[in-house]
Amino acid sequence: MVDRRGMAPAFLDVSGLSCRRGGRRVFEGLSFGLGAGELLTLTGPNGSGKTTLLRALALLVPSDAGAIQWRGADVTADREAWRKRLGWLGHQEGLKADLSVRENISIACRLRGESVHRNRIDEALAAFDLVRLSHRPARTLSAGQRRRAALARLVAGEAQVWLLDEPFNALDAPSQAALRDVMETHIEDGGLAIAATHVSLGLRGARTLELGK
Amino acid sequence: MATLHFLANPARFRRFSQRVLPALSVATAVAFAIGLYWGLVIAPPDYQQGDTVRIMFLHVPAATLAMAGYVLLALLGASLLVWRHPLAALMARATAPIGATYTAIGLITGSLWGRPMWGTYWVWDARLTSFLLLFFLYLGHIALSRAYDNAERGDKAAAILALVGAINVPIIKFSVDWWNTLHQPASIMRLGGPSIDPSLLWPLLWMMATLALLFVLLVLLRTDTEIDRRRLELAELNA
Amino acid sequence: MSGFTALVARDLKLVWRRPGDVGLVLAFFIVATVLFPLGIGPESNLLARIAGGVLWCAALFASLLSLDRLFAADYEDGTLDLLLLAPWPLELAALAKCAAHWIVTGLPLAILAPVMGGAFGLELRSQGALALTLLVGTPALSLIGGLAAALTLGARRGGALLALLALPLCVPTLIFGASAVEVLVTGEGFATHLAILAALALVSLATLPWAIAAALRQAGE
Repeated sequence: MVDRRGMAPAFLDVSGLSCRRGGRRVFEGLSFGLGAGELLTLTGPNGSGKTTLLRALALLVPSDAGAIQWRGADVTADREAWRKRLGWLGHQEGLKADLSVRENISIACRLRGESVHRNRIDEALAAFDLVRLSHRPARTLSAGQRRRAALARLVAGEAQVWLLDEPFNALDAPSQAALRDVMETHIEDGGLAIAATHVSLGLRGARTLELGK
Repeated sequence: MATLHFLANPARFRRFSQRVLPALSVATAVAFAIGLYWGLVIAPPDYQQGDTVRIMFLHVPAATLAMAGYVLLALLGASLLVWRHPLAALMARATAPIGATYTAIGLITGSLWGRPMWGTYWVWDARLTSFLLLFFLYLGHIALSRAYDNAERGDKAAAILALVGAINVPIIKFSVDWWNTLHQPASIMRLGGPSIDPSLLWPLLWMMATLALLFVLLVLLRTDTEIDRRRLELAELNA
Repeated sequence: MSGFTALVARDLKLVWRRPGDVGLVLAFFIVATVLFPLGIGPESNLLARIAGGVLWCAALFASLLSLDRLFAADYEDGTLDLLLLAPWPLELAALAKCAAHWIVTGLPLAILAPVMGGAFGLELRSQGALALTLLVGTPALSLIGGLAAALTLGARRGGALLALLALPLCVPTLIFGASAVEVLVTGEGFATHLAILAALALVSLATLPWAIAAALRQAGE
């Protein structure tokens, strides 16, 4: 449970969320609220359900109890609207190996029904130092570079709620700094972010929800 | 804790089956005894086909129930996907092999029945061919439900397959009938001839009911086994 | 709608970058077709009679070849998750994937098969008929194959299982497609066969995208 006393009302309200996977109870009774400009960190040992919680919030995995509400309305009532609000970074990068970084980002925008702004993409590429690599096919990049490309894809989108699964994986120190900057900007602009991570995000005002107790 | 949700219905089922199974087994055995005696001894041989017509008493019920079995699979599939009924998945797992066996019996008896008439063990007549395809649909269901380490994923995938398959069964039957008339316009290759004499009809209906009882009995027994198996898997996961 | 076209365009672009995949399917088709005269004997009357059936069967097997990668590639690189999270209906995305598959498989086969038909002694009219039946019939094959691919995503022995699931469901299309060509030679009824083929395609179109989407959601869980 995360304490919200003295804070602005929550946009995202999760109450009593429970998930079973393959017969095993992964988590139950999870509740928290997250408002605009807030960041929630999910911590816990491997297998404690961080990824499952993120996937449950994204409605990729069905939950067997509890509710997820956005501004008072259950998100399952209008799934498409909820998905439009979400930006996703999972374990895999979500990049097509034979497409270039730039092509991957612009197709990702199109598949989200967003218009492709060249400026936005340029900014996203620059934020993660990918401008030189933007024309290279994704399969020629290193693991760290692909992770940065996936992050650039996220940043180039217009999602308000970011769901990040181990975003710091495979990133070197400069890239981690870049990610922190980008997340701070996102939050300052009123966005929300939930990140499952082993590494401390080092961002001011980040609250923590520990799973697996 | 994790198994509580699962056991809600299966426990009730277990109690139901434990009450019903003994009586059902006896009833099925008696019905079989009567049916076989009636069909093999009492009923007269057909004036055209002689004694071989008696295979019909096994073939027609097996064939009909095989098709009904697939409809059952589709209903169970819908029940799983729409209402998330946990027992539906286990019952479907139990039913599919039984349905497949009935289909196999239908194919074998159909082949044996046709042998005296056609001179070969297999002809590509419409009914047998549709039946063969139904057998493949059953095999697909069995294979798919067991193709995943995560049993639930297998159950749900097989449920979708059963629904799509059920819609396709009439389409397949229609197309195979068409194919048959296209390539063999003249001969009436209908197993069983134009009509059935009442003295053969009644034992046939009796055997139909008997094999239906057997189907239900086997499904109940296997579902019990599947419940135990699933319980064991869950226990291992939570250990 | 723009998501649909974007997805089709993306898949076509990916095939364009690796054209060998399509080439492989067509090469398999040719090899499979050529096996029949070698196995049965080159008697021209016989070949002309079985051409419709043989070419349809070979087309069916060839279209199955590329199916197991249809969703598996997206599943492995994480782009399937992005499709599951896209704010437009997954049924449309499923249709887009099958449409792209048809464009690079069914369509080339519909063009190539009549050419092989010529080698089987089919006259021009029959070759045209063959092309037409494949054009109308192969979309259903892509949809049925798409369903089998989605159902077997991540399964053990996925490839063989895919074929076992898809082939019985493809039988109606096969029967009407192949006999349409034959009927053209023997008599009337071609239009009827074609109409039924079209009806089968429409039934597939009206039902399978929903089944494929359901299967994809299960894969994402």
